[in-house]
Amino acid sequence: MRNYIIKRILTSIMILFFVAFVIYLLMRCLPTSYIESMARQLSTQPGAKSYEEWMEQLSSAYNLDGNIITGFLGMLVQMLTGNFGDSWVYTKPCTELLKETVGISFAMGAVAFVLELIIAIPLGIIAATKQYSKTDYVITVVALAGISLPTFFFASLLKLVFSVNLGWFDLMGLTGRNYSQLSRGGQLLDIANHLVLPVVTLVVINIGSLMRYTRTNMLEVLNADYIRTARAKGLNERKVIYHHAFRNTLIPLVTIIGNSLPGLFSGALITETLYSIQGIGYTSYHAMVGGDIPFSMFYLMFMAILTLAGNLIADILYAVVDPRVRIA
Amino acid sequence: MAEEKNLSNGQGENAQKETYSLNDDRRVKVLSPGAMVAKRFFRNRLAIVGLTVLIVMFVFSFLGGVVSPYSQDQIFYTEEIQMKSFANVTENTEYRYMAADGQKFSGVLQGQSVLAIQKGGGTFNYKDVDYVVTKEGEEFFSVATADGEMIGIAYMDVVSASNEGDKLSYAFTYNALKAYTNGMSSFEADGSGYELAEDGSVLLQGDEVAYISRYVILPSANDVFLSRSFKEELQEALEQDVEEFAFTNTDGETNEYTVDYDAYTKSWTVSQETYTHVFDRYGFPSKEHWLGTDGNGMDMLTRLMYGGRVSLMIGFIVVFIEALLGIVLGGISGYFGGWVDNLIMRIVDVFYCIPSYPILIILGAAMDGMRMDSQTRMVYMMLLLGFLGWPSIARMVRGQILSLREQEFMTATEACGISATRRIFRHLVPNVIPQLIVICTMGLGSTIITEATLSFLGLGVKFPFASWGNIISDVNNTYVLTNYWFIWIPAGICLLVTVLAFNLVGDGLRDAFDPRMKR
Repeated sequence: MRNYIIKRILTSIMILFFVAFVIYLLMRCLPTSYIESMARQLSTQPGAKSYEEWMEQLSSAYNLDGNIITGFLGMLVQMLTGNFGDSWVYTKPCTELLKETVGISFAMGAVAFVLELIIAIPLGIIAATKQYSKTDYVITVVALAGISLPTFFFASLLKLVFSVNLGWFDLMGLTGRNYSQLSRGGQLLDIANHLVLPVVTLVVINIGSLMRYTRTNMLEVLNADYIRTARAKGLNERKVIYHHAFRNTLIPLVTIIGNSLPGLFSGALITETLYSIQGIGYTSYHAMVGGDIPFSMFYLMFMAILTLAGNLIADILYAVVDPRVRIA
Repeated sequence: MAEEKNLSNGQGENAQKETYSLNDDRRVKVLSPGAMVAKRFFRNRLAIVGLTVLIVMFVFSFLGGVVSPYSQDQIFYTEEIQMKSFANVTENTEYRYMAADGQKFSGVLQGQSVLAIQKGGGTFNYKDVDYVVTKEGEEFFSVATADGEMIGIAYMDVVSASNEGDKLSYAFTYNALKAYTNGMSSFEADGSGYELAEDGSVLLQGDEVAYISRYVILPSANDVFLSRSFKEELQEALEQDVEEFAFTNTDGETNEYTVDYDAYTKSWTVSQETYTHVFDRYGFPSKEHWLGTDGNGMDMLTRLMYGGRVSLMIGFIVVFIEALLGIVLGGISGYFGGWVDNLIMRIVDVFYCIPSYPILIILGAAMDGMRMDSQTRMVYMMLLLGFLGWPSIARMVRGQILSLREQEFMTATEACGISATRRIFRHLVPNVIPQLIVICTMGLGSTIITEATLSFLGLGVKFPFASWGNIISDVNNTYVLTNYWFIWIPAGICLLVTVLAFNLVGDGLRDAFDPRMKR
C-alpha cells in the first residue's frame, strides 16, 4: 500500500512538472506586444508599480530573455521558493490574493457540494432501482437537462425570476447595500442570502453528472451475482438494496467525492463571475481578461495542482476501499 | 446498405412464414447487428425525442438561413419621433467684441476694456500703449489707441444679417449700432444710406438687410438658417412667456415648437419634434420580425438561425479534430503498448491536468488585445478546443483496443502479414466505432456549451458572426435582462434543447450499442 501511494505521488510530481512546462510554453507563446501593452496599461492604475518595474519583475521571474529550458527551470526554482510575483491587476502578491479570495469560494463550493450529494445520491439510487419506470425517466431527463443547461443561461433565468420579478435576492454581489451597518449575525445572514442563487446554480449544473454516475454504478451492482444470491436467500428488497447494493455503490462514489474535494478550492469561474462573488474564480477571471500574466500563471498552476491532488486522492481512496486495485 | 438489405430480406421472409415448416431456420427473423442497434435505438422514446429535436434544429439553422428573407447582419431602421433641439436663444448680458478691419482685439485687451467700460469709459495702458475707451451710445463702446487708431467695438445689442449668406462689415456694424444706441433713425455706412426702424430693422431702400436685437438666436444645426420673421415671432413668444408656439414659414409649412427656459444658463431651448431615422434597437416581436430585433437593429430570428449554424458547425469541427487526434494517438498507444503507450498516456495525463477554461479565456483575451478579426479567431478557437479535448477520446480508444488486440481476429491479421497501420485503423478502430459515436455525440453537446460560454463572455465567436452564446451575452446589460426577454430566452432555449438532444441521442445510442446495460 505504501509503495503504491509513493509511486502515485512520484508520478503526480512528474506530471505536474510537465504541466508547468506546458503552461510556461503557453506564456512564452503570447505575443510580446500584448504583454507589453497590458503591462503599460495596468501600470497606470493607482498603487501599481511602474511599467519598467513590472517588466523587470516578469522577466526575472520567467526569464523572458533567456532560452525556454533555462527560463522554465528558473521559474520552477522561483515557484518552489514560493515566489509567484505580484498580480498586475490587483497589485498584490499572488499568494496573498489567493488567501483573501479562496475562503468564500470554498464556502460556496462546499455548501453546493454537500447539497449535491444529499440530493443526487438518493435520486440516483431510486432511478436505478426503478429502472425504466416513470420516475427513472423523469430523473434521467432532469439529470441530462442539468448537464445540458449552460451556466450563464440558467443564472440569467434565476436572476430574472428571483431578483427582478420576485425581488427576493440582489442581482449580484456578496454583500448588500447596508452591510456595514448590520450586526455580526446580520452580516452572516446577508452573505448567506447573497449566496443562495450562486449555490442553486452550482447545484443544478453539477447535480446531473453525479446523479447519472450513481445510477450507472447502482445498476452495475444490482446486476451482480451477489445481489441475486441475496435475493435468492429471501432477503427483503429493502435490505438487498440499502444493505448489500448501496454499500458496493459507495466504492465508486467515495472515489469521485475524493476526486472533487480539492476542486472546491478552485472556485467556480463562470458562476462567481456571473454573480460578482469575489472568490478565486471571479478574481482570476478578471486577472485573465485584464492580461495579468503573473496571476494567470499562478492560477493555472494552482488549478493543475488541485486536479492532480484530486486524481491522487481518488486513486488512493480507490485502492483503500477496493483492495483488488492494488494488485493490478 | 448491407444492413438495410438484410432488414428488408427479413421482412420479406416474414410475410411468407406460414409456408415454412415449424423447424425451418427461415422462420427466425434474422437481423444484422446494425439493424439490432437501430431497433433498440428506435425503441428508446427519449432518444427519438432527442433525434427529432436535432433534426428540427438542423433544419432551423441550415435551411432557416436560406428561407429567411433577411441576412444575418442586415440592419433595420425605424422612424422615431424625437425632440430635437432646433434653436438656442440667449439674452445677451455680456459685452461682445468686434475688431476693426486689420486690427487685433486680443483677449487681454478685451478684459482691460471691460474694466474701463464699467467705469463708463476712460483710458488704460497695456504693453506701453495707451488706449482710450469712448462711450458711443447706450451700452456701446469703442476702443482706440491714444493716436486715434480704432481697435474695435464692444456692444450689447447684436446686429445680424437678415438674408441668408450676407456678411456684415465692421463699418456697417459700427454705424448701425451707433445709430441704434443713440436712438437715431438713419445712418450711413460703406457709401450707402440706411433707415433704422423702431424695432431694430435696418432697411436699405425699403428692404430689410439687417436687424439689431438683444436676443441671440442661434440654430442648433449648422445647415439651418433662421429667418428674420421666425426670430421675431420667437422673440414675441419669449416675451409672452409661452411654452409652445407655431410658426408658418414662407413656404406655408407650419411647425410646432416647444420652448424651455433653463434658469441656470439663462437661455431658452427651442425644440422641434422631428422624425429621425434610427436603428430599430430592441424592437419587440412583430409581423416583420417574429422575435424582434437585437441591440444592433438586426432581425433576431435570422440571427438565431445563423447562430445555430455557427454553434453546430463549431461543435462538429471541434469534435472531428478531437476524434481524429484521439483515434490516432489512442490507437497507436493501445496497439503498441510498452513505452509508446506509457509516453502517450503520460501526455494524456498532462493534458487532463491543464485547466481548459482558463487557457481559453487567457488566449481569448490575448486575441482581443491583438484585435484579431472574427473569422481567424473562430478558426483558432476551434483548433484550440479540439486540441484540449482529445485526451478523453484517446483514453477510451486505448482502453478498448487493449482488450481487442488480444482477440483471435488480430492473430489472424498478424498471420496474414497485414501492416501495423492497416491493422490498427482497418481492423481495430472500426471495432471501437460504437463507443466513439457515443462519446462524440456527448462531446458535441459539451463543445457547444463551451463555445457558447466563451462567446457569452465575449471571448469566442465575435460580431458580426452570430452564435447562440453571443446572442445571450446581451443580458450582461441588466436592462436587457429585465425588459427584453425575446433577446436572450429563445437563444438559451435553443442552446439547452440542442445540447439536451445530443445527450439524449448519445444516451440512447449507448444503450443501443451496449445491450448488457439493459436488463
